[in-house]
Amino acid sequence: MEKYVSLEYVDMVFSGRQGKFCALRDVNLSINQGEFVSVIGHSGCGKSTVLNLIAGLLMPTDGVMLCAGREIAGPGPERAVVFQNHSLLPWLTCFDNIYLAVERVFGSTEDKPSLKKRTHEALALVGLTHSEMKYPNEISGGMKQRVGIARALAMEPKVLLMDEPFGALDALTRAHLQDELLGIVQRTGSTVVMVTHDVDEAVLLSDRIVMMTNGPAATVGEILAVDLPRPRSRLELAENPQYHHLRGEVLRFLYQREAKAA
Amino acid sequence: MSATVVALKPEAAEPVVAAESKTAALPSSKAEAAPVAGKTLQRIMNVLRSITLAVLPPIVGLAFFILIWVGISMVAPALPGPAKTWVSAVELFSDPFYQNGPNDQGIGWNILNSLQRVGTGFGMAALIGIPLGFVLGRFKFVNDMASPIISLLRPVSPLAWLPIGLLVFKAADPAAIWVIFISSIWPLVINTAMGVSKVPQDYLNVARVLNLSEWKIATKIMLPSAMPYILTGIRLSIGVAWLVIVAAEMLTGGVGLGFWVWDEWNNLNVEHILIAIFVVGIVGLLLEQALLLLAKRFNY
Repeated sequence: MEKYVSLEYVDMVFSGRQGKFCALRDVNLSINQGEFVSVIGHSGCGKSTVLNLIAGLLMPTDGVMLCAGREIAGPGPERAVVFQNHSLLPWLTCFDNIYLAVERVFGSTEDKPSLKKRTHEALALVGLTHSEMKYPNEISGGMKQRVGIARALAMEPKVLLMDEPFGALDALTRAHLQDELLGIVQRTGSTVVMVTHDVDEAVLLSDRIVMMTNGPAATVGEILAVDLPRPRSRLELAENPQYHHLRGEVLRFLYQREAKAA
Repeated sequence: MSATVVALKPEAAEPVVAAESKTAALPSSKAEAAPVAGKTLQRIMNVLRSITLAVLPPIVGLAFFILIWVGISMVAPALPGPAKTWVSAVELFSDPFYQNGPNDQGIGWNILNSLQRVGTGFGMAALIGIPLGFVLGRFKFVNDMASPIISLLRPVSPLAWLPIGLLVFKAADPAAIWVIFISSIWPLVINTAMGVSKVPQDYLNVARVLNLSEWKIATKIMLPSAMPYILTGIRLSIGVAWLVIVAAEMLTGGVGLGFWVWDEWNNLNVEHILIAIFVVGIVGLLLEQALLLLAKRFNY
């Protein structure tokens, strides 16, 4: 296992109307191929900024970012993003939303039937074959997010980036989608970076949890290895002492070391 | 309090009926039919009431309008009243497509000619205005370049452009179309530019992550996202075009509603002028409604 994504001494300074704001300072992080890494921290700690940097939607003011041995110079389909608010195009059906991405990535090398097959497979992966001809405003929030995940996965990205993917969903739907994601990642062996503020979600899904200090000038505080065996099951983990120990570690970091005056 | 109790009673009774029929396996049709019939009656009453509420105010308003019209025509006898105008209108519309030479044609021809001029002028404005607005919305530099010129030309009265048109085209009909074109292009340009510049950042982020080509961004993201704005632009633009056509035709002549109004003024046929006003209003209303219907389809 080699370093697949790496951030070295990354600084991010935003220059706004009220002068400069240093969001991140000296962020060092390396992610292995096939690893599931969560980034957790209080709101405003710059965890979404880290994700946008890896996505290439933002350019760091200082430092080096590499993905699969190449410098990250901008956004690209090899680093697919699942956005918090799903960001599906409302004038396209679920099928067409995914097809747009598939066509972009594989359109130059594959013919139409093969592109359609890929789109169908992506929809089947998230269990939405029956609503492929529906428009985003005709399906529930959880289904929209599943289409968003399917769109990202259909691009066969080197890294799957998820920005609080389940943040806008109710608790039951969220748990359901977490279980689905667990299964999908198990099957596809994807490399995933997920931003979250949900401690249970982080422990359940991750191989490692990156805990960010509070901003401004936030950085990586601690990295916690989650050595729970896979495949994991929500119900079994509920009885697992190691799970509770890890959960406690994250909570201690968030509410003791980096306690935030609300 | 008593009203709620009464209202609850039939509903409360229903489950009992259902339970009874289940256990007895012999549904008594009379007991079930009564509340169902009551409900249907209630529903019909509700529908009737909502129809009345929707239709009554406009009718009352129209009645007032006609009443005021009658009053004015009694005070000023030169203005024909509703009855006289109606008779004249019936006669006029009984043969809408006659042709007695270039200056005496049926009302149908007048309407069609006006519509055709508006269509041509507006069509050319759309052909140039929408792509232009697209470019202005997409590239800030071009927008900053064009905005002083647009701000300067937009408030100019449409008819001020007529002499330019006559000068350049040396004919009345193209000059009228030119006036329609130049006065209806601004809402198209401005609204399209607004729509394109207001495409949500989320959609643009999707485009960036997918690395879409400029053509795909334009057709798959910008155009559909700006569509509601563009349709508003089209609606405003056709409204302006229809507003201007009467004035333009009054000055340029030919066959058309504007010319007809002027012709009937020269004949002192005031009924026909009033009819023309209604025709212009109704056609404008129909155009507006048709476009609103179209806009509803693009409301995501």
